[in-house]
Amino acid sequence: MTTSTQKTVWEAFESLAAKARRSLHERDSGQQIRVQVGSATCEHAAGAGDVLDEFRKHIVASGRSDIALRRTGCTGRCSREPIVGVMVPGQIPVKYEHVDRAAVHKIFTGHVLGGTPLLDRILDGPVEAIPRYEVLACASRRCGQIGEDSYGRKLAEKLRRAGVGPEQVRVTLASCFGACGAKELGQCGQLLVQPSKVLYRVTSDADLDEIVQEHFLGGKTVERLRVHGKTVGRAFFELYGDVAFFNRQTRIALRHNGVIDPESIEEYFHFRGFEALAKVLQRGDPQWVIAEVTSAKLRGRGGGGYPTGVKWSFGAAGKEVPRYLICNADEGDPGAFMDRSMLESDPFNVIEGMLVGGFAVGASRGFFYVRAEYPLAVARIHNAIRQCRDYGLLGKDVLGSGFDFDLEIRLGAGAFVCGEETALIHSIEGERGQPRIRPPFPTEHGLWGKPTVINNVETFANVPAIINYGAEWFRQIGTEESGGTKVFALAGKVRHTGLVEVPMGTTLREVVEDIGGGVAEGKQLKAVQTGGPAGGCIPAKWLDTPVDFDSLAEVGSIMGSGGMIVLDEDDCLVDVAKFFLAFSEDESCGKCTPCREGTTRMFEILQSITEGKAAPEALDRLQRLARLVKRTSLCGLGRAAPNPVLSTLDHYRDEYLAHVVEKRCPARKCKALVQYEIDPQTCVGCTACARNCPVQCIAGSRKEVHVIDQQRCIKCGRCFEVCRFEAVIRQ
Amino acid sequence: MSISTDNWEQVEAAAKASLGDEIVQFIAQCRQEDAGADSHLVAVLHRVQGHFGYLGEEHLDAVAQLLQVPAAKVAGVASFYHYFRLKPRGRFLLSVCMGTACYVKGAERVAQRVMDELGITWGETSKDGLFTLDPSRCLGTCGLAPVVMVEDEVHGNVTPDQVPAILEQYRHRAREQGHA
Repeated sequence: MTTSTQKTVWEAFESLAAKARRSLHERDSGQQIRVQVGSATCEHAAGAGDVLDEFRKHIVASGRSDIALRRTGCTGRCSREPIVGVMVPGQIPVKYEHVDRAAVHKIFTGHVLGGTPLLDRILDGPVEAIPRYEVLACASRRCGQIGEDSYGRKLAEKLRRAGVGPEQVRVTLASCFGACGAKELGQCGQLLVQPSKVLYRVTSDADLDEIVQEHFLGGKTVERLRVHGKTVGRAFFELYGDVAFFNRQTRIALRHNGVIDPESIEEYFHFRGFEALAKVLQRGDPQWVIAEVTSAKLRGRGGGGYPTGVKWSFGAAGKEVPRYLICNADEGDPGAFMDRSMLESDPFNVIEGMLVGGFAVGASRGFFYVRAEYPLAVARIHNAIRQCRDYGLLGKDVLGSGFDFDLEIRLGAGAFVCGEETALIHSIEGERGQPRIRPPFPTEHGLWGKPTVINNVETFANVPAIINYGAEWFRQIGTEESGGTKVFALAGKVRHTGLVEVPMGTTLREVVEDIGGGVAEGKQLKAVQTGGPAGGCIPAKWLDTPVDFDSLAEVGSIMGSGGMIVLDEDDCLVDVAKFFLAFSEDESCGKCTPCREGTTRMFEILQSITEGKAAPEALDRLQRLARLVKRTSLCGLGRAAPNPVLSTLDHYRDEYLAHVVEKRCPARKCKALVQYEIDPQTCVGCTACARNCPVQCIAGSRKEVHVIDQQRCIKCGRCFEVCRFEAVIRQ
Repeated sequence: MSISTDNWEQVEAAAKASLGDEIVQFIAQCRQEDAGADSHLVAVLHRVQGHFGYLGEEHLDAVAQLLQVPAAKVAGVASFYHYFRLKPRGRFLLSVCMGTACYVKGAERVAQRVMDELGITWGETSKDGLFTLDPSRCLGTCGLAPVVMVEDEVHGNVTPDQVPAILEQYRHRAREQGHA
């Protein structure tokens, strides 16, 4: 490629970025205070639309022109939504939880106009005071920044000795910022100081003393220790520095989620948007891109964990054209929602990743294969594609580089098996989404018989960061075998549900207890289920298992797409296995016999166990069948469907035995094995149970002891729920 | 794409009567594409269901004729995917999410309550024609589990006791719209 072309590509990018900056500047001119309201499917369900509307009214009524109201994507704090962020210059940014119309009024008058934050509604609050300074100290396991010797702890101690209390400076330990270069790894500590947004790099105790004296007591920045440059955490900490939940995460794939407006390409440009694309096109060397992604040790985030760079090199190897690129957004795993969140909150990032991938493999056409169940995600991708075309980032001759690439959306139609590569291809071709035998692999013989590369949403979301910040940096975050982070959808019986992005190799305990806040309502954690219907249950005693592709496989589960469901003492593991088998049985496409018949028979056995009709021999039959289906099924669905059975049989055999031998469900979950009775000592005769019984099988009148007719009882548990005197006993 | 039918005008007129102009036009657009025109079959079926609420036999026949693909293939595709329904539905589609997160948080009891209130089971439509009850695989809003979605509105953290009020909300809407 000639020098003149190289100039043109970079110049084309710079002029687009300048155009975006201008239009942002025009929009934001004079607006000092920013109010951000989350806007994604969950936020809408929680009432974010009303909140946005109420703020709009308040701003108009106040007559102030210096207050900007912004929509952002999903922050990943599902259980606390709607979330509102308020940024006042010179103050620590504040986020509020569970905001409704009434709270909007208080926040607007008190904080936005009055300058005093509302302490009782602060996210993860209430707090007693907002300190003058907040310090985030990196506490990365990988660097040895844990324990008493970490710079964060030392700083807190020094502040205490200097008589600076937490109401003035609050020190919070955060996870890796990704701010060090690979060479200085483990040699230094990083401190981010809010609201000044100063990042310090410290290498000795003397450095800490200087910061305490100069910055916190003297109010002056210590320029000598200050780090400049655009690190990945910058944009993120600018807005999230306030919340403990985020600090323990390392957000790369989600780095813009809840930070930028997902419908504005200009805002994306502001956070280094399309810089990776420009860099790649300017070099004009697909092999370099593949080498970078390979050396970053990025592995497929859809669950398989196949090295992305290797897959790309296969796609690029042949001579055949055209080639295709597909983004797999058919997020079918129940309990996983990270792809939806990324598409709803940061669609441009995924598109940029696809553009880079398309260039690397020499594809001319790309497809988004999205679930039809995600209407908002589809709308946001539509909008993003349109804006990219307007900016000349999609279509013919992207950025004047000679590279042609365009994207289109294809909707799924609710078939879990379409997450499998070959089934997905059939679905795009307009066929029934059934898989076929591999090889040939899609990289050789894919869509319409042409070479096709398929990657997951999260995989693409990581690509621009790898190009921008370097493969070495990415590889260093994570484990020996897989670089970077993984996003988990934390749900089930955990206090803080939501999206969590942590470095590969973080332990389950850190995710569930430190970030998720542990099990809700003081119950005991029983197991963590990862990987959806293809995964397994990991018992509580193995909570110190690091989460990465290989460690999870060792304990009989899989990473999968990142669903993580926390189960507590009230959950019956046999019932959970049955739940997943019911899913797999229904979703089996029916093409191969082991999967079609095997899942049905396994489900039947599990059903008979939960109904108390199975003999102890059934367990061996179940195990043999599960192993057979695992070995002989055609595609990933069938090969993984027995995992929930095998892992629970392994770890919770006693629970299975209780069902088949004692005919008892230890968690009191399996309907057929529980019985409801009314304790005559405690019953006061309030009639609540009798009135609520759907089959009218409870006898007794007012102020008399009630009795349940066991013959007619359907065990719905209604009486147990409505009794206010705990007189209904479940056993 | 070449047309192999000699009575094309007749076919088109019949299809228009069954599908309406807008969908026929969309199919014509798909046919313009050089490679893999019939790959738009799933997209066309989405359009048809979006318009009629379900895929009737006559719709499937018309689609097969217009796209020039065997009716058996169209029926095969339509019946393969869960999202497509082959029977008419009620005014409001009510899905109770039965994904893992919702399941462990008691979605079964919410579903049972809906069934009790409406006197129907999965896949059925209430007598007043207002609600069709469907299980959903996972709506991806697991943080709010258990979740009920009515049309495209998501209700989070639903308890069985909230079910009657949710239903009433839509009955009320139907009454208002009915009068309007």
